Amino acid sequence: MGKFSKKGGKADPEVSTASLPDIIFMLLFFFMVTTVMRTSELMVSVSVPEATELTKLEKKSLVNYIYIGRPMERYESEFGTAPRIQLGNKFGTDKDIPLFLEAHRAKVSERERGLIYSSIRADGEVTMGIVSDIKTALRKAGQLKINYSARARAKDL
Amino acid sequence: MLDKKKSKNRMKSEINAGSMADIAFLLLIFFLVTTTIDVDKGISIKLPPWSGTQLDEKVTTNSRNVFSVLVNTKNEMLVRGQLEEISLIKNRAKEFIMNPSGAKNLAISPRSAIISLKNDRGTNYKTYITVYNELKAAYSELWDEESQELFGKPYGEALTSVQKKEIRDRIPFILSEAEPTEFGD
Repeated sequence: MGKFSKKGGKADPEVSTASLPDIIFMLLFFFMVTTVMRTSELMVSVSVPEATELTKLEKKSLVNYIYIGRPMERYESEFGTAPRIQLGNKFGTDKDIPLFLEAHRAKVSERERGLIYSSIRADGEVTMGIVSDIKTALRKAGQLKINYSARARAKDL
Repeated sequence: MLDKKKSKNRMKSEINAGSMADIAFLLLIFFLVTTTIDVDKGISIKLPPWSGTQLDEKVTTNSRNVFSVLVNTKNEMLVRGQLEEISLIKNRAKEFIMNPSGAKNLAISPRSAIISLKNDRGTNYKTYITVYNELKAAYSELWDEESQELFGKPYGEALTSVQKKEIRDRIPFILSEAEPTEFGD
């Protein structure tokens, strides 16, 4: 028994914090690597629908985004409340799509151009009319690979 | 001179690393706040190339091989001329494609089965996606079943691309989308 009490008395009660910076740095690197800086600010409110048959878009540089939804409150006075299309970081119409696609295509190396996806991030409440117009514009522009952005659905229908 | 030497000696003393953690914390918090872990997921599809005509091509195939789904402005579904619940579409599609009982009004073979989807311009996007998802789910379940039967593994990463192609050859995913009607826009 005496042995034990002796040991307890000797032990240093403080925990070494020397490795704390290392732990923090590890977390820091993790977040630095996973962070994607969004270049375009969202100007329309989008809440994508739910689905189960999802595929992941691997390479972000090969994806261009087309947002459809109701303009955010601060743009309401200028653009109204009806669903609008946002291409990159400005409002547009389906007529601006060919130019928008071409601008993105120019940034991608030639041999990867066939792998470009257009991600349609549309709000669940918009009607199909505006989406159909975009689909037609994409087909005319030869951009046939598209992805309807959706969240994973947890519960059954 | 003496003074300088003294200061040099002092320089040798270590930098206090105690604030290192604080600096790292600051950076960490910055990245924590700016990070948006939104994975880009969705339903990938391939559009048909633009042919120049907006008119629907008349489908010349046997009507027993066509599984038509119509969605109207009220988000109601008409499947092969019959009002249908959204949750039942998947099983009906599966039965239609495989035709296990050899019924006269279902597809002759999975290879000849065609799914035709038509919606209105006023249809809700959410409904459209749900219907599309169900039809795709029907196929992926059939692929899974076929894969289990042939290779004893579920359809997916476990299969080689040759095996995947074989399954897709047996049960090809053919979905044709007609131009939407314009009743409610």
